Amino acid sequence: MTARTALSAAATPPWRLARSAWPWRSLAYLLAGMIPAMLPLALLAGIELLNPGLPALILLLLAGLLVVVAAGPLIAWFDRRRLRLVDGRPLPQRPPLRLGEPGTWREIGYAVLSACVAWWLDLGVVMLSLFPPLLLMSAPLQPSGPGAELPAVPWLTALLCAAGCVLLPLAAYPITAWAGARAAVARAVLAPADTDLVEVLRSRERLVDGFDSERRRIERDLHDGAQQRLVALSVTLGLARLQVADGHAAAPLLDDARQQTALALAELRELIRGVHPQILSDRGLAAAIRDVAGRSPVPVELDLRLDGRLPAPVEVTAYFAVNEALANLARHSGAARGRVAAWTQDRRLLLEVSDDGTGGADPARGTGLTGLADRAATVGGRLLLASPAGGPTLLRVELPCER
Amino acid sequence: MRTLRVVLAEDSVLLREGLTSLLRHFGHEVVAAVGDADALRERVSTLDPDVVVTDVRMPPGFSDEGLRAALELRAARPRLPILVLSQYVEQTYATELIDAGRAAGTGYLLKDRVGEVGEFVDALGRVADGHTVIDPEVVRQLLDRRRDPLHRLTPREREVLGLVAEGRSNAAIARRLVVTEAAVAKHIAGILAKLDLPPDADDHRRVLAVLTYLRA
Repeated sequence: MTARTALSAAATPPWRLARSAWPWRSLAYLLAGMIPAMLPLALLAGIELLNPGLPALILLLLAGLLVVVAAGPLIAWFDRRRLRLVDGRPLPQRPPLRLGEPGTWREIGYAVLSACVAWWLDLGVVMLSLFPPLLLMSAPLQPSGPGAELPAVPWLTALLCAAGCVLLPLAAYPITAWAGARAAVARAVLAPADTDLVEVLRSRERLVDGFDSERRRIERDLHDGAQQRLVALSVTLGLARLQVADGHAAAPLLDDARQQTALALAELRELIRGVHPQILSDRGLAAAIRDVAGRSPVPVELDLRLDGRLPAPVEVTAYFAVNEALANLARHSGAARGRVAAWTQDRRLLLEVSDDGTGGADPARGTGLTGLADRAATVGGRLLLASPAGGPTLLRVELPCER
Repeated sequence: MRTLRVVLAEDSVLLREGLTSLLRHFGHEVVAAVGDADALRERVSTLDPDVVVTDVRMPPGFSDEGLRAALELRAARPRLPILVLSQYVEQTYATELIDAGRAAGTGYLLKDRVGEVGEFVDALGRVADGHTVIDPEVVRQLLDRRRDPLHRLTPREREVLGLVAEGRSNAAIARRLVVTEAAVAKHIAGILAKLDLPPDADDHRRVLAVLTYLRA
């Protein structure tokens, strides 16, 4: 298993960690933190050079802080790039820089803090980890003999140097672990876990909205284009038939053509209804449900307590839910009667489709029910199903709707 | 057949031309052919036609402007015969229209029907004469749906009810079914009895029989 972050690499056995690139990447990550730190350091150095009085000092410090904050977005950008050294998981796309966004301020705050304070800690950890082994390794170079701290004993010098060489790989642990911990904090700030989820939901909503408007466009195009032309064609054919005597050779051909046109029109009508029912846009959900129920081969009792129009996505979702439920009812339930109830309550639209059939509807079989549940979820709603073997079946759809 | 002065409202130019020449062919006069609902209202009030033929979906909103205009015209002139052409079988629209007409001079036909030019012009004539014409497809769906009260009707009676809904006279129904007029009258009496429509002098009981189903 290959580690994708420094933190998980720190959990691997020492010989593997020492041979991997992670300690070096971690070191580079921590040292790269010095680069943005140059800005506050340079400011401090400038202040030191000017050596101002106390009021001027406070003013200069405030101004310096402002400069650092202004550089915040740049530092934050650098931090994001730097994170790739120790965290292979992709970060979510950075939202456009907007002042009102809380994420922006969190990111800048983190960047400023890491440039002014946290790098001290990073540097400290690196020093503390590397200093003892390096010191030991430098034993042969240290002054020895009388007056010096190290006695002039060659085997002792060699032993100390060897101990340093053994200890050096161990420094990989604190460095990798610290870099991993820092990266985890950075990720928590730059990519809070819930942003991913919000993004997914939004994109799903956009997708469904896109489909719906596309459906309406197709419906309109077919209606205003192909359908009108076919009707005009059937009128022309009808007129042509009038000009031709019954016995004429062209008469049966014309009759045939008219029949074909009529069939094409009927098919087109059904197609358009499946794409997007006009009555839904014109008269709203109650009328559209009445219309669907009117087409059902199984008699359906209606209890619709809806007044006024609901938001379009809710109406479309609810319509297709009833449509699918009634189609299932007719196809699989073996019911003699169905019932559709719809009402609004506590800013929710509640829909219930029930029947007296044999039950046993299973979302696992077929995609209709799961598709409906997915669709309901895109507008923040849910789908509930009770269908014991032997019946009855009750399907309930709950959709939030702000009026 | 008398010559009818028709105001035609249809936004598709192609179909407007087609319908105009169709009506002319049958000797009717298209006094105005317009493409939107506002023009329809205006022309009807100035030209006072014998019958209005209108599409449901029309500019500017491409929703149900044509039907709404028809309902307004009907409210202003209760005797104005109106034939609505629709691309769809919408029971809601059919019911609204017939409710507005109560019993006389309204029609709701699928656009498919205009291809049967003879029948279409025939239906227009019946609407102009104050009959109610409902598209057979709408009636068929309603009959399919209203199974429960209708199980009392025999298949033949259902067939007759369908033809009544199309606004046909007893004589026409008799010709269509190749039976005597007396047999048709007997069927209709049977239908009215089974649908609990008490006999009285009102001629429009046959329309009410259809309305019963439309409103159910």
